[in-house]
Amino acid sequence: MAAAVELRNVSVGSILHDINLRIPAGEAVAFIGRSGAGKTTTLRLVNGLVRPTSGEVFVDGAALSATDLITLRRRTGYIIQGSGLFPHRTVYENVATVPHLLQWNEDETRAAAEQILAKLELPLEKFGPRYPRSLSGGEQQRVGIARAMVARPLLLLCDEPFGALDPIVRRDLQDAFRELRSGVTIIFVTHDLPEALRIAERIVLFDGGRVVVDCPSSEFTRQPLPLVQRFVSAASLAV
Amino acid sequence: MTVEIIRATGEHIMIVMIAVGASIILGIPLGIWCARRVRAGGVALRLIDAIQTIPSLALFGLLIPVPFIGGIGTHTAIIALVLYSLLPIVRNTLTGIRGVDPIVIDAGVAMGLTEQQLLREVELPLAMPTIVAGIRIATVVGIGLATIAAAIGGGGLGTLIFRGVSMVDSHMILAGALPAAALALLADVILSFVERRLIKG
Repeated sequence: MAAAVELRNVSVGSILHDINLRIPAGEAVAFIGRSGAGKTTTLRLVNGLVRPTSGEVFVDGAALSATDLITLRRRTGYIIQGSGLFPHRTVYENVATVPHLLQWNEDETRAAAEQILAKLELPLEKFGPRYPRSLSGGEQQRVGIARAMVARPLLLLCDEPFGALDPIVRRDLQDAFRELRSGVTIIFVTHDLPEALRIAERIVLFDGGRVVVDCPSSEFTRQPLPLVQRFVSAASLAV
Repeated sequence: MTVEIIRATGEHIMIVMIAVGASIILGIPLGIWCARRVRAGGVALRLIDAIQTIPSLALFGLLIPVPFIGGIGTHTAIIALVLYSLLPIVRNTLTGIRGVDPIVIDAGVAMGLTEQQLLREVELPLAMPTIVAGIRIATVVGIGLATIAAAIGGGGLGTLIFRGVSMVDSHMILAGALPAAALALLADVILSFVERRLIKG
């Protein structure tokens, strides 16, 4: 039930210029680029948090300008750096947010929450009643992933979700994330090339508000563009 | 005398409760509105700010000749108190809502909360300790200001103070002043407690 995404001639003010992208249903795409290259803005176009000044965004063939964004957002997972958990709600209440919006009954909500939290190694009985502030950064981010995926979204938008975590936790979460990713279209923003290569089968490189490379992950490191080679050499130093 | 102090204290509590209650009903929606509309909100806030600069005795006096809301008596006192209590409540509502972490708002919008749901389920609960702090300030200040309302026949503990002043009777002044001070302290303690209880997580 994954959703396809298409951007047709999309521009946003002076940030994005004439972006054309087709992401087939079920594909995992990484947007990489330096800060300010336009990757986050492009991601936020897909759930209508940013509106294009020209061009059109399509999700499953439907133009966003003619779509009810509230409904779309409830079927779209969104994972961000810092997790954005509701600090006044417990872990369970946080995870139950979208199921409650979709008016699932309590049994269904609880079962789905328990299942997704278990996959992320957060047993519901132990973590459910806790407040986000009592969790470590990695645990908070896991809850953020659970909250975004509990209602089986068609589409998952991730904005540097693991950016603030230490390398070991980061690697663990990347692995956990890979296990969960089947059957959903994923757009994953990162400035970390190894992370992009681990998670996505396709890489889109942004520079100055334009798409400069769009290729399968396996071919990315062979792209001759100097910016690609800078990402590769920066990454090989880090690995 | 004791009966009179009790009666005046009761009257005092009633005046402040009605005034602060009205300020809450008016002030919280006004604060939300100010938080949403940056420019218009700024103007509204400055206007409410300006009211605060009017000396309280003068404001009570100025309201007397105003048709419908003015005149001598308790209702004029209440209206003046509402005007003073509005500022801390509006300002703290605004500050509380603006103070919510933008990442939390972003996550809420992205999960498909409507504007109403975002306000009810995220912004207001997270702003609530700050809003209650505003209510606490409005109440404590209101209890003090209400004593001056006796000057225009507002009743309450100020009646005893004014009578004491005109009779140069310090016992009479204290009979009004001490209960007023005690009320202010009590309100401060209770509302501080509520404020702390509201900070969850």
